Amino acid sequence: MSLLPFFQWCYQSQIGEGIRESTWLFPVIEAFHLLGLGLTVGAVLIVDLRLLGVGLSRQPVAQLSAGAEPWLLGSLTLMFASGTPLFLSEATKCYYSFPFWVKMTSLFLVLLFTFTVRRRVTRTGLTSDRPLLGRFTALISLGLWFGVAWGGRWIGFS
Amino acid sequence: MSLLAFFGWLADLPWSIDLHESQYAYSIIESIHVWTMAVFFGSVVMFDLRLLGWTMRKVPTSEVLDRLLPLTIAAFVIMVVSGTLLFFAIPLRSYQNIFFRGKMLLLLLAGLNVWIFHSRVFPKAAAWDVEGVPPRAARLAGALSLLLWIGVVVSGRMIAYNWFDCDRQPQPDIINFLTSCVATESGQ
Repeated sequence: MSLLPFFQWCYQSQIGEGIRESTWLFPVIEAFHLLGLGLTVGAVLIVDLRLLGVGLSRQPVAQLSAGAEPWLLGSLTLMFASGTPLFLSEATKCYYSFPFWVKMTSLFLVLLFTFTVRRRVTRTGLTSDRPLLGRFTALISLGLWFGVAWGGRWIGFS
Repeated sequence: MSLLAFFGWLADLPWSIDLHESQYAYSIIESIHVWTMAVFFGSVVMFDLRLLGWTMRKVPTSEVLDRLLPLTIAAFVIMVVSGTLLFFAIPLRSYQNIFFRGKMLLLLLAGLNVWIFHSRVFPKAAAWDVEGVPPRAARLAGALSLLLWIGVVVSGRMIAYNWFDCDRQPQPDIINFLTSCVATESGQ
């Protein structure tokens, strides 16, 4: 089954149409999407750098990740809330866009990874005697997030 | 030579035109600009949130700063270099772009806030370093920083969508005044 009819339905939705008809709605929503991106990167980096052993090394990982998590969840909410209308306004373009699919795949994987493996690794203090585990976790997290950021930027160029 | 004439001259330089018309260079530079923005803005926000006492309260403020600042500075340098290149690809229209002008103004104010924080507020941090919620001056610097950098990011994103472009007349007089735009051919 092709997803194309669903994407076309999204494109024809009232929200999508409203955004296309406005000069400033798309840029303004996109600006909020970018702010969310920055906040996400901040909340991710503070923990991943610690896991890599380059930042805040005197703080327990579990404590840092507990501090960063509400901000991660908040920024992800902002990303979804702004990303969905952006998608609706150009859904059919997204369907044919390779970067879009890279982004969605990476996003799915990174969310899955973050709220299963990474959460377990950071919460349980597993890394104190196994620093390599922490490094791998951080590298996978950062790599997948870069996939999201690459795809996100290149949707606009395609 | 006026600034307008100077940027007009820049816009006609072959390498400015090359960059503007390049198939990949411009997009790649812009991507680098956005990705480093995310790192810069993310690390600034995390520090501002610490200053406000909204996150990582058990971590001394100076430690958060020490760890984040190298990353913040590195990202900022890359942003300035990539941003300058983006400007040189489209100098005249950026100069006359109201969002670009707004961004530069906010950037200046954000820089002023950084300078005041590091010269006046942070040197006294020993007294409140381990406190979960720093004193008012530090919180104020954090809040100002958040607002100003949000303004920089938002106006920066708008530059590419400028619906007050000098070539798109008629525009309100105040817009043409603020953008040094002399509307010659009118769409009136």
